[in-house]
Amino acid sequence: MEKLLQVNNLKVSFDTYGGEVQAVRGVNFEVNKGETLAIVGESGSGKSVTTKALMRLIPQPPGRIKEGEILFEGKDLAKYSEKQMQKIRGKDISMIFQDPMTSLNPTMKIGNQIMEGLVKHQKMSKSQAKKRAIELMELVGLPDAANRVNQYPHQFSGGQRQRVVVAIALACNPKLLIADEPTTALDVTIQAQILELMKDIQKKTDSAIIFITHDLGVVANVADRVAVMYAGKIVEIGTVDEIFYNPKHPYTWGLLGSMPSLDSADDELYAIPGTPPDLLNPPKGDAFAARNEYAMKIDMEQEPPMFKVSDTHYAATWLLHENAPDIAPPPAIQRRMEKMSRDVQYQTKGDRP
Amino acid sequence: MSKEKLVEIKNLKQHFKTGRHSVVKAVDGLTFDIYKGETFGLVGESGCGKSTTGRTIIRLYDATDGEVIFGGENVHNKKNKADLKKFNREMQMIFQDPYASLNPRMKVEDIIAEGIDIHELVNSPQERKKRVHELLETVGLNKEHANRYPHEFSGGQRQRIGIARALAVKPSFIIADEPISALDVSIQAQVVNLMKQLQRENDLTYLFIAHDLSMVKYISDRIGVMYFGKLVELADADELYKHPMHPYTQSLLSAIPLPDPDYERNRVRKGYDPNQHDTSEEPEFREVRPNHWVLCTTKEMEHYKKEHATV
Repeated sequence: MEKLLQVNNLKVSFDTYGGEVQAVRGVNFEVNKGETLAIVGESGSGKSVTTKALMRLIPQPPGRIKEGEILFEGKDLAKYSEKQMQKIRGKDISMIFQDPMTSLNPTMKIGNQIMEGLVKHQKMSKSQAKKRAIELMELVGLPDAANRVNQYPHQFSGGQRQRVVVAIALACNPKLLIADEPTTALDVTIQAQILELMKDIQKKTDSAIIFITHDLGVVANVADRVAVMYAGKIVEIGTVDEIFYNPKHPYTWGLLGSMPSLDSADDELYAIPGTPPDLLNPPKGDAFAARNEYAMKIDMEQEPPMFKVSDTHYAATWLLHENAPDIAPPPAIQRRMEKMSRDVQYQTKGDRP
Repeated sequence: MSKEKLVEIKNLKQHFKTGRHSVVKAVDGLTFDIYKGETFGLVGESGCGKSTTGRTIIRLYDATDGEVIFGGENVHNKKNKADLKKFNREMQMIFQDPYASLNPRMKVEDIIAEGIDIHELVNSPQERKKRVHELLETVGLNKEHANRYPHEFSGGQRQRIGIARALAVKPSFIIADEPISALDVSIQAQVVNLMKQLQRENDLTYLFIAHDLSMVKYISDRIGVMYFGKLVELADADELYKHPMHPYTQSLLSAIPLPDPDYERNRVRKGYDPNQHDTSEEPEFREVRPNHWVLCTTKEMEHYKKEHATV
């Protein structure tokens, strides 16, 4: 697999009157060509800030990239000037925003909004760009594109508007697409359509996607790999099967356990107690320790490093240290793990395709 | 569970005039009962009228037509203030947005005690304070929080304040309008667990309105599915998920992404085309299996019965 993006020790802070808010505190990950990486976490965990930093969209001041590298095809975007970034945004990396109601310009025709990038980056003439805009609208499944290209955003429904946003993001065949909660504002049926659309287009164009969401159902649907973020750090990263069927970090257990599955028994949901820490004064040691029922003494004192579980699976929890006691995860998670081991058996026996 | 009816909704209609000749039929002829002690889940996409239903039941809107009978009395007939007050004590609401539903200029203590004051449930300021502290502890906050303002709390904490406010007047029926949609996943579980615990302790009846179907399945005893102002299917939660009959319910269920990559890889999504129905007669709400109601015509009913007969 070819590496498209590598992020090394990225730190982003915001200077406020109250002090320095350390929104992202040293994040490392990579994205390969053609794959989908999902970043999950609660609000305030730094997932949006991370991806905004990749696009250099953090308002400066108050925000700043404190440290780290963003290597996109080997070039460090963190050192790029605004002018250089403008050549990247919308061309090599583009973004789908959460709220289709506010991310479109209400005073501009849909067609012109799609054409903007084409004219700017691909130096198309207006008539060429318009032709391409209509093609794109057809690609994302908007009927009657030739007429609707001249309509304004308010003439489209929420789902259709999100399709337009997808079309804009795809206009220049970006190598990397960042989708920041693209379906959170939509109904389930529309959400399913948009997800199918994105997967479809990914197959056709072979672009990589970073998908931010807090909905684990959506993650299971779209992701190849998953990164779980908590308090500005990645606490666990692995393939989608590893994260869902063999999670190692107690926070991941909490996230998975707090979602009812449709066939789950009527026992109490496994809720993570408490609330996320204040990133103005990040706690010493493991940031999750205060909410972690499995926390040990060392969690309060020292931050856990990333422990290797497999070649693709890493988790930052002291529970993986060789001296840590063996701890049974909560029942809901154990059921998941059993399923995983069942699947492995099936695979070795060759019962399943 | 006892089958005593607490709320009966009969042919409820709520139409909004949006212009001289145009009317939006947000709720168009709903009929269902809510039994004592149960949680009734109401699901549907945005714009299907589920929130309007909740708001009409509690009389935030005056119904265009139909009846809401609560404990034997018609809610929408009450004209004098004393009657209304009595009714308001019995029925409370938890709102969707914990940021917009608490007055930012009031202290938490006064927000929670507003109902207590109106209904004159306490005799002295000390008693009032004591009651507020009790309520705060019931919902998992502590009494130091009473003197703070809403902006000092997180979303989950605010929703807890909203729940404490609803509980303050000791209601028997609570309408929860998407109480967890605005919260983070880990906090959602906290609030849902709290609501379940309160239900056990106080013998509460809930009308739980939401679009998150997996959470609704988890918390509800019975579920009604709404589509464009009408109920299209109503059944026990397990029954509905195991044997969805109406094509709209089927499409809705097949669209929920589950946190299970293996299931997701093999998921087949069903579409819904409102034109696929039999149009030879006006569809009616019919009981296809015991306690399983579907909006259908006689022909469709035969079809559903055959399809689900063996299981």
